Amino acid sequence: MPRANLVKAFRKLLPSESVLFEPEDLRPYECDGLSAYRQMPMIAVLPSNEAEIIEILKICTAEKIPVVARGAGTGLSGGALPHADGVLLSLAKLNEILEIDPDACTARVQPGVRNLAISEASEAYGLYYAPDPSSQIACTIGGNVAENSGGVHCLKYGLTVHNILKLRVLTIEGDSLEIGSEALDSSGFDLLALMTGSEGMLGIITEITVKLLPKPETAQLVMAAFDDVEKAGAAVANIIQAGIVPAGLEMMDRMTIAAVEDFIHAGYDPDAAAIVLCESDGSNEEVADEIEKIRDIMHMSGAVRIDTARNEAERRRFWAGRKAAFPAAGRVSPDYYCMDGTIPRKHLAEVLRRIEDLSSEFGLRCMNVFHAGDGNLHPLILYDANRSGELEKAEAFGARILEICIEAGGSLTGEHGVGIEKLNQMCLQFGEAERDIFHAVKAAFDPDALLNPGKAIPSLRRCAEFGAMHVHRGEEKFPDLPRF
Amino acid sequence: MEAIVEQLTECVVKANKNKQALCIRGGGSKDFYGNARALRYPKLEIRPYQGIVDYEPSELVVSARAGTPLNELESLLSEHGQMLAFEPPDFNGAATLGGCIAAGLSGPRRGYAGAARDFVLGVKLLDGRGRILNFGGRVMKNVAGYDVSRLMTGAMGTLGVILEASLKVLPKPESERTLCFELPVEEALETMRRCAGQTLPVSATCHIDRRLYIRLSGIESAVDAAHVKLGGDEFGDNLSFWESIKNQTHPFFRGNKRLWRLSVKSTAPPFSITCEQAIEWGGALRWFAAAEDCTATAVRAQAEKAGGHAMLFRGKDPNISAFHPLPPALLKIHRRLKRQFDPAGIFNPQRLFPEF
Ligand SMILES: Cc1cc2nc3c(=O)[nH]c(=O)nc-3n(C[C@H](O)[C@H](O)[C@H](O)COP(=O)(O)OP(=O)(O)OC[C@H]3O[C@@H](n4cnc5c(N)ncnc54)[C@H](O)[C@@H]3O)c2cc1C
Repeated sequence: MPRANLVKAFRKLLPSESVLFEPEDLRPYECDGLSAYRQMPMIAVLPSNEAEIIEILKICTAEKIPVVARGAGTGLSGGALPHADGVLLSLAKLNEILEIDPDACTARVQPGVRNLAISEASEAYGLYYAPDPSSQIACTIGGNVAENSGGVHCLKYGLTVHNILKLRVLTIEGDSLEIGSEALDSSGFDLLALMTGSEGMLGIITEITVKLLPKPETAQLVMAAFDDVEKAGAAVANIIQAGIVPAGLEMMDRMTIAAVEDFIHAGYDPDAAAIVLCESDGSNEEVADEIEKIRDIMHMSGAVRIDTARNEAERRRFWAGRKAAFPAAGRVSPDYYCMDGTIPRKHLAEVLRRIEDLSSEFGLRCMNVFHAGDGNLHPLILYDANRSGELEKAEAFGARILEICIEAGGSLTGEHGVGIEKLNQMCLQFGEAERDIFHAVKAAFDPDALLNPGKAIPSLRRCAEFGAMHVHRGEEKFPDLPRF
Repeated sequence: MEAIVEQLTECVVKANKNKQALCIRGGGSKDFYGNARALRYPKLEIRPYQGIVDYEPSELVVSARAGTPLNELESLLSEHGQMLAFEPPDFNGAATLGGCIAAGLSGPRRGYAGAARDFVLGVKLLDGRGRILNFGGRVMKNVAGYDVSRLMTGAMGTLGVILEASLKVLPKPESERTLCFELPVEEALETMRRCAGQTLPVSATCHIDRRLYIRLSGIESAVDAAHVKLGGDEFGDNLSFWESIKNQTHPFFRGNKRLWRLSVKSTAPPFSITCEQAIEWGGALRWFAAAEDCTATAVRAQAEKAGGHAMLFRGKDPNISAFHPLPPALLKIHRRLKRQFDPAGIFNPQRLFPEF
C-alpha cells in the first residue's frame, strides 16, 4: 500500500496528530540512544489505547508492513531504530498507572509508564519497583521488559525478568495473550521469560503487572579506594565469597573517577586507580552488621581509603557520581560509545588489561564502569564523530571488547540488548543450530517476521559473510568454546 | 563427546526418524507428576549422565550434568556455605537436577527468594532433531538471544532433553528460626500479608492444621529483631518440618485424597470449598486435599477467580488434565514452539498437555 493510502487508513483510526509522516515530524524517531545509527520510518503512529494498536496491527499484517515498537527510545543497541518501509509504533501515550495493590505488593501499568514513575507512585505505600536502570527517569517499563533491563540494585533484587508477574501482549496476528498471572507461576511454558528481553521481536506489550517491594528500613554505602584495579577486583570477589549479597556493588576506573569528580564532585578519591561502591540495605540490624563486614573485607583486600557515607545526603552523592558516569563521559569527549559485555568476575583484571591494550592499539581512550557484582562491564569508548574514521575505529574497538567477553566465557550483552548493533558478535557467541532455534522461536510468534525485522538475531547469510570476513582479516579465531 | 551423550543423541536421532515417542526420565521421583500417558513410552534414561561440571563459590554459579542427584549437588553447595535458594523438593533423594529444572518445582522459600526459573542461567539441550545446543551461560546477566534456558524450566521435557544446567546459587543464611502461632485461616492470611509489606527476614510461611509457621532466615541479630516484632513461640523442629512441607511428606499431603495445588494471587480470600487446605508462599500457594466428588471444574473455577491456576498434583485421573488448560491463543503458541523444538513430537507426549 502506498504511504498516502496508509496514512489515510491510520487517520481513520487515530486523531491526525497521532499519525506522523512529514520528515520534520519523523525526525525525533530516527534513532534511539545509539545515535550512530539513523533511519527515518515511513510513518510513525502514536496510539493511546490497546484497541487502536489492534487495528494498526491488523492493517500492517494485511499489508505485510514491518512494525517497530518504541518506548522512550533510550535503548543503547538500536532496538527501536525504525524500518525504512515500516511503521514506527510509539507506546508513549499509553502512560497510565492502572492500579497499585499495596496488599499484594503489585502495580498494573501501561507500557509507556516511566520506570521511576512506578516507584514514585508506590512510595505512599512504602513500596517501590526494584530494577533501577540509570535511565530510569526517562525509559519506559515496556522498554525495560523488552530489554530485560537491570540497574545498580539488581545483584540483590534481580533483573526485570525477576520483578514482573504478568504481561498483556498483542501478537502481530491479532491475538491477545495473557502471559503470566497474578500468581507466582502459571500453567504451561514460561513465556514470561521468553518475552522478557525479546526486543520487540515477538509481540507488542500493552500492559505489565510488576512486583513491588517494601522499602528497606535503611541503606548504607561504603566507598573504598584502591591503588590497583586488580585489588579492587579481588575485593569484589572477597565480598561475594564471604556470603554477602550487597544491594549494590559497583566499580569505576581511574579515568571514570576523574571525569565524574570533575562533573559531580561526588567526593571520590582522585588519586585512586579504582573505586568500589558497596551498598547494604535491610533492617537496621542487618545493615549495621553487613557494613562492618564489608569494611573489614575492603581493608583486608588492600583498600587505601574506606569511607562509609555519614548521612543520607552523602550516600546519595556517592551514588550520584556512579549514576552520572555516562553523561560525564559526554563532557570529556564529543562522543562516547557504551559497551555492555558480561564476564565471570574472576576474569575482571585480565579483561581490563586487554581493554587497556586495545585502547593504545586503537588510539582511543576508554572509561570503565561496571556492575562489578554481576560481572557486567560498561566500557565507554571516547571518540569524535567529526574526525573522519573515528566512529569506525570506535566500533571496531567495541567489537573487539565484546569478543574478549565471549572468549572469557561471558556474553556480548548483559542488559542493553543486541538490537542492530551486536548482530555480528551473535554469530560468534552462538552456533548455527542455536541461531536456528532463535529464528524458530520468532516464527512461532511472528511467522511473517514483521515485528522489528533485522534485529536481535542475525540471519544465516549475515553470519556466513561475517565469518568469512573474520577469517579473512586474519584475526584470532574463536575455537568453539564450551559455554559452560 | 562423552559416550553417554553420544548414546542419547543417537537414540533421539533414531526416534525422530521413526516418530518413536520417548519418556525422558531422571530419578523417576516425579513419575506421579503430570499426565501419565508419557510414562508408557520407552525410557530415555538421563540418570547415568552425572557430575558437577564446574563450581566456583565466589562466582555464585554451579554447572552440573542433568543426571546429578539433587541432594549430592546440594551437599556440595552446603560444604561451601551455599544453597539452591528455591529450595527444590528432592523426594527422598531420588530427584535429579534435570528433573528438577524440567518440572520447575520450588519449595517453601519460593515465595520469598524466587523460583527455579529465577536461578537458571544456562542449559545445554538436546533438541528433537538430535542437535546439542547451548543457551544462556554462566554469567548473571545475559540478554543475547531469547531466554531459551528459562523456557525449558517447567516445560516437563516436552521441548528437549536438558543435558546440563547452570544455576545461580546463594549464601546460606547465618541463622534460621521458625515461629509458630495457633491461628485460624483468615488471621493466618492476614499475618502473612502484613509480613510481605515489611522488610522482615521471612523465608517461608505455611498454614497447616490451624497453625501458622513462619521461618526467619538471616543474620542472628535480624532474626532476633524480627522474632521480637512478630512474637510467637519458637518451634523446635525447624528442619524436619520444612522438609516435610517441601517434599509433601507431612501427614496433610499423605492421605488417599486427591491433592490439588492452586497457585493464586497471594491476597485471595480463603476458599469456600469443603476440603482440608494448607497455605504456603505468603498466601500465593494453596493446597487442597479433596475428595473425588470435588470436581476439577469447580476447583479450576475457584483458582481462576483468584487470579491463578490449579494443578492436580497427586491422584492422577485419566479424565483430568493435570495442568490447568490453556486458552486457545496461548495453546497456539505452545503448539508452534513444540513443533519447532521437537518436530516429530517424540519428547514426553502429553505429559504436560493432552494436546501435544
Ligand atoms: C544514559 C543511559 C543510561 C542507561 N542505563 C541503563 C542501565 O543502567 N541499565 C539498563 O539495563 N539499561 C540502561 N540504559 C538502556 C535503556 O534505557 C534501556 O534499555 C531501557 O529499558 C529502554 O527503554 P525505552 O523505553 O527507552 O525503550 P526503547 O529504546 O524505546 O526500546 C527498546 C526496545 O524495546 C522495544 N519495545 C519498547 N516498548 C515495547 C513494547 N511496549 N512492546 C514491545 N517491544 C517494545 C523496542 O522495539 C526496542 O527493541 C541506559 C540508557 C541511557 C541512554
